[in-house]
Amino acid sequence: MAKKDTQPQTSSKKKTAFGIFLEELTRGSLLVPILAIVTGLLLGGLIVALTTEQVYTTWSESPLEAIGIGVNAALRSYGALFNGSIGNPERIIDALSSGEEAAIRRAFNPFLESLTKSVPYIFAGLAVALGFRAGLFNIGAEGQLFIGAITSVYVGFALTGLPAIIHLPLALGAGALGGALWGFIPGWLKAKTGGHEVINTIMMNYIAFRLSEYLLRGPLQRPGSTNPISPFIEASAQLPRFFDSPIRFHLGFFIALAAAYGVYWLLFKTRIGFELRTVGANPKAARYAGMNIVWVTVLAMSLSGALAGMAGANEVLGLNYNLAPAFSSGYGFDSIALALIGKSHPLGVVLAALLFGTLRNGALQMQIAANVPVDIISVMQALILAFIAAPAIIRTIYRLRTPEDDDDQLHVRGWGG
Amino acid sequence: MPPVLELRNITKRFPGVLANDRIDLTLNRGEIHALLGENGAGKSTLMNILYGLYQPDEGEIFINGEQARINSPTDAIHAGVGMVHQHFMLIPVFTVTENVMLGSESIKVGGVLDRKTAAERIREISSAYGLAVNPDDYVRDLPVGGQQRVEIIKLLYREADILILDEPTAVLTPQEADELFKIMHSLTERGKSIIFITHKLREVLDIADRITVIRRGQVVGSTTPKQADQNKLASMMVGREVDLKLEKKAAKPGAVVLEVENLKIADDRNQIAVDGISFQVHAGEVLGVAGVQGNGQTELVEAVTGLRNALEGHIHLLGEDTTQASPRHITELGTAHIPEDRQRDGLVLNFPVADNLVLNTYYKQPYSQGLIMQHELIAETAKTRVENFDIRTPSVETSAGSLSGGNQQKVIVARELSRPLKLVVASQPTRGLDVGSIEYIHGRLVASRDEGAAVLLVSSELDEIMQLSDRIAVMYRGKIVDVLPAKGASKEQIGLLMAGLSGQKTLKNPAKRGKSRKDA
Amino acid sequence: MSSQSTTIPTVASYGTARRRTTMGIVFLALAGVIWYFFSRTTQAGMITTFTLNPGGSQANFPDLVFGTLPILNVLASVCALIGAFQLVRGFGKRTNAVLGLVAALFIFAFLSWVASGASLNLAGLLRATLIRAIPITLGALSGILCERAGVVNIAIEGMMLTSAMLAAIFGSLYGLWVGLFSGVIAGGLLALVHAILSIKYKTDQIVSGTVINIFSIGITSFISAKYLASSRHLNNPGIFSDIQIPGLVDIPFIGPIAFSHNIFFFGMVILLALLHFGLFFTRWGLRLRSVGEHPKAADTLGINVFRTRYMAVILGGMMAGFGGAYFTLGSVGRFDEVMTAGRGFIGLAAMIFGNWNPFGAFGAGLLFGFADMLAARLAILGVRVPSEFLLMAPYVATMIILAGVVGRGQMPAADGQPYEKEGH
Repeated sequence: MAKKDTQPQTSSKKKTAFGIFLEELTRGSLLVPILAIVTGLLLGGLIVALTTEQVYTTWSESPLEAIGIGVNAALRSYGALFNGSIGNPERIIDALSSGEEAAIRRAFNPFLESLTKSVPYIFAGLAVALGFRAGLFNIGAEGQLFIGAITSVYVGFALTGLPAIIHLPLALGAGALGGALWGFIPGWLKAKTGGHEVINTIMMNYIAFRLSEYLLRGPLQRPGSTNPISPFIEASAQLPRFFDSPIRFHLGFFIALAAAYGVYWLLFKTRIGFELRTVGANPKAARYAGMNIVWVTVLAMSLSGALAGMAGANEVLGLNYNLAPAFSSGYGFDSIALALIGKSHPLGVVLAALLFGTLRNGALQMQIAANVPVDIISVMQALILAFIAAPAIIRTIYRLRTPEDDDDQLHVRGWGG
Repeated sequence: MPPVLELRNITKRFPGVLANDRIDLTLNRGEIHALLGENGAGKSTLMNILYGLYQPDEGEIFINGEQARINSPTDAIHAGVGMVHQHFMLIPVFTVTENVMLGSESIKVGGVLDRKTAAERIREISSAYGLAVNPDDYVRDLPVGGQQRVEIIKLLYREADILILDEPTAVLTPQEADELFKIMHSLTERGKSIIFITHKLREVLDIADRITVIRRGQVVGSTTPKQADQNKLASMMVGREVDLKLEKKAAKPGAVVLEVENLKIADDRNQIAVDGISFQVHAGEVLGVAGVQGNGQTELVEAVTGLRNALEGHIHLLGEDTTQASPRHITELGTAHIPEDRQRDGLVLNFPVADNLVLNTYYKQPYSQGLIMQHELIAETAKTRVENFDIRTPSVETSAGSLSGGNQQKVIVARELSRPLKLVVASQPTRGLDVGSIEYIHGRLVASRDEGAAVLLVSSELDEIMQLSDRIAVMYRGKIVDVLPAKGASKEQIGLLMAGLSGQKTLKNPAKRGKSRKDA
Repeated sequence: MSSQSTTIPTVASYGTARRRTTMGIVFLALAGVIWYFFSRTTQAGMITTFTLNPGGSQANFPDLVFGTLPILNVLASVCALIGAFQLVRGFGKRTNAVLGLVAALFIFAFLSWVASGASLNLAGLLRATLIRAIPITLGALSGILCERAGVVNIAIEGMMLTSAMLAAIFGSLYGLWVGLFSGVIAGGLLALVHAILSIKYKTDQIVSGTVINIFSIGITSFISAKYLASSRHLNNPGIFSDIQIPGLVDIPFIGPIAFSHNIFFFGMVILLALLHFGLFFTRWGLRLRSVGEHPKAADTLGINVFRTRYMAVILGGMMAGFGGAYFTLGSVGRFDEVMTAGRGFIGLAAMIFGNWNPFGAFGAGLLFGFADMLAARLAILGVRVPSEFLLMAPYVATMIILAGVVGRGQMPAADGQPYEKEGH
């Protein structure tokens, strides 16, 4: 027998979350997501420029000047977006040098508000990412989020006289449980009947909306109100905020980070995560290895729902303190974008969620200062997602080499399962 | 008169494989030309080239003496070439008429389908060639034989002169196969020419006018049924010049480990695949299951390892009835399973080697402490395994998918054979591997036997069966035709059994340990 | 040697037996509901009045007046008899038709109960049902076109939304017909994007659909906020007026319900018939379906799988565009942000419900439209059933269908699978 010619070399380096993330990113080419984001932002700027009327009025006289105006409009918009999401550098310096507490708070508020806005994105993105890892397409984060908000708001106002240390975890747990139930149903249907989770979670979304409409006009309606709105939750169920008004930054952000670490730990450190990832990567091999695919599928969808439910719980317990209809819009689809941009890795999802939260927050300022409607952000998100989902487009634009193992696309197996 | 079809010097390379190596083939008008070869010999690739599904890297095709360019199935259809694929290209929810006319529909004004005219033509073809079908039946309701007749009608409907039948009898019952042969004769009587792809010797001798044998992408030789006999064809087809050497001590069989009783199993299409077989495997012996692929071996292995439910019968493992047991329970009883398709069942290709090495033991001590997986320990163990089993990989963190086939298989062997074992189930353990890896894996399997495990080896490689087995069971059409001691068995003898020739027994060989019995 | 083709009970035959029983139980349960919830709560001597002229029509057709309780009891008995027959003998192939009949009887019983002691405009109800079914059916037809060719399209919602907006803008600027045309084109263009992403780049079809949905919500809200809010003249297209079909409209009862609508209704009916005919009776349809069932088989017969799929998806997008234009040019006469409100997804549900068949989808569209319409009216009638639960019904029903409880549908076999040619 031939003697070994290559000694196996193994790095005994301990794997860290960041290490795995970097590895995954570089394997799928770190460049593509970054270029996708950059291209999405550029195209967003182009839309801003193209919807600036002055560009057209000047075009006939001097196209060059018109282009300048367009570029200026885009730059001004992104400037406003930056000021609105990170903070105006001048104001921060002024505030710091003045040493006045209220001014400092105001100067740093945009940044902290961006973090606050990314909380539901983190949770919802994690929810979808967890599903992806188990080979499941949870398109129902929106509905799970909604149910989570309902259950946590209910526990928030219905239980009274509890200390915060008990009430708050109960309310959060109720949110997770509600979302988990909404994920469990399509998970169970998938595992037992093969009914495809994509269509079932879409249906569950609408059932959740109708249910919430019913509840807010009936059992959960605020006494004395004619509007469909829930009572305010008890102070003991509110997520504590760290600073005085206007800063809304609350504990939820750190819970979200903890959840991200939790998902990372579950996926990559525990045997449950190993089963989840195996079922997601190769269900046949998982069955061969003796794993219980029904159980894993149901568990993954329930956990995914629980995370989405936490997103809803954080919104009502941390920001709104009550629940009104249609308070969540677009988290369901955005979370799919987040999971894909973050390559279904918790760290990637957190980074993508911070990006989305920042964009959403800055967009408000952009609307006020540059008269660009906030919805431009959705357009940019869609473009970024398109580039991430079809990396070949980005590779063509930037003439990148196609990697050899180009198999990180996920496939859906048709409605019927 | 020039031959109807002439292939010259056809060469086709796939990444890492030379599927067709300078193949020449001629087909005369009105003849049945059998293309004989083992699975993976390159027969189907050659025919897919002729039908325009693949493009050859080199070579030329002549039809009726003129060079033909066949870049797509449309070109092939125009050139008068038609093919019945091994896996039928039929749409179950369409009627026979719709399936037949698809792509060359009879239409009325405005593209409206003229089903009546088409059905009429189908009836004509059907009665002219003795192909009994009802044009209005849905294909999903037809038996396999009927579906095949629809496929043949599809070709005749397009007025194909050259008919390629790719393993047409693989899915047929003997009666259906006889029916098909009649049809083939009536086709050639009317001037059609047929290329008949198969690996079944008896059929070739029964029906072919000429025979070309292909092995490893090359033409081994051409002959006629008059000049050849089964033994000669068998050695041309399976005979291998490279005889691998294996030092093996005599077996010391012990107690019964696996006992299969009257087992009946259905395949994915709900057809009976294993039809009431019984056998035993003892500790310290290798029972080789020989047979052409598709005779129920896959289903048998899946049932024994808990991946498929049996319809009837029992499986006992170490005295426990494991007929309904889960794969995990069977593994925990001390069973190793080297699966037939390593990439589909045995590995998670985008997981690192280390994770693949614990794919079915990850949840146990010491790899998991409670919920937590011990990645460091798993990596350390993996390094030892990689060294012990000579797995060539840059590191244990490398994804399994980036290893060569031989090393992927060694990962599986390392995982399965590094546990205390009572039973080893190895299905096609060396398919597609290089000689070095084959030797290595053979050695490991014999070592397991010597350590006292019972080994159930399933292989369509006759050489492999002959070398490793202590006893050989030959499967044909879901039954065990014979069980005989490996010592003294000849390749020809087993080749004949594999072809289903249990009737004309060359020697009657009562099984050594009287308990194993034939079930024919 | 024993015969190879031993038949064993297949999953399919087991399924039919279970399905027969399930259906029978469903019928009996509906009979029970009629008796328990409706009959028992109705006092003897109550009278139900159905008005058979939709509001605003000149025709004068007498009202339908009957005693509530006797009719309810008759309906309950008929349903129970059908259920019993189903359990004992089974209706076989006609089971689906019988299911439709029982559903109709049940709905009639429900309405009789609701209107006991009062008057209900049955004709108006049916007319409104037809109108509400328009966008749902068109969405479903769009889905059928795409999925019959093997491409999943969850972007119908987004296509409809974008089309609704462009139809409103161009309709305001250049007239209704230009508006309609641009709506159809908008749907087609978005579908082209979906086709390129999912067929050329082999992006997951769900992801690609999601991209279009996010994009559509974003771009329509963006333009709406930037232009439509401030410039009313850009968002005031008006609506297509009703067309009376001469002769037919004078048929009592049916005429005013079915033959006096605007072009969207008649367009839907024509497209419905065309699609059904096209899919099942023409070469075009045979090839399209073959690509969705078994693309490789189609390929071996010389059919261009990619081109067929592109064509189907783009036509499907145009269909969704037509349905989207309905919202602005056929219904309210202006664009509002996210005004489609999930109708595209209900269309998807109707497609599954209708078993990927145009007329089945239309039936589902009617059912969903009816639930939609009834929810709006129940409150007016002062009925104790929360309307939200009626609105949930289509979604729950779709999930039940998907779970295969009442028999699994015939989804195109290659739905959602990208096609890749080998050996090149």
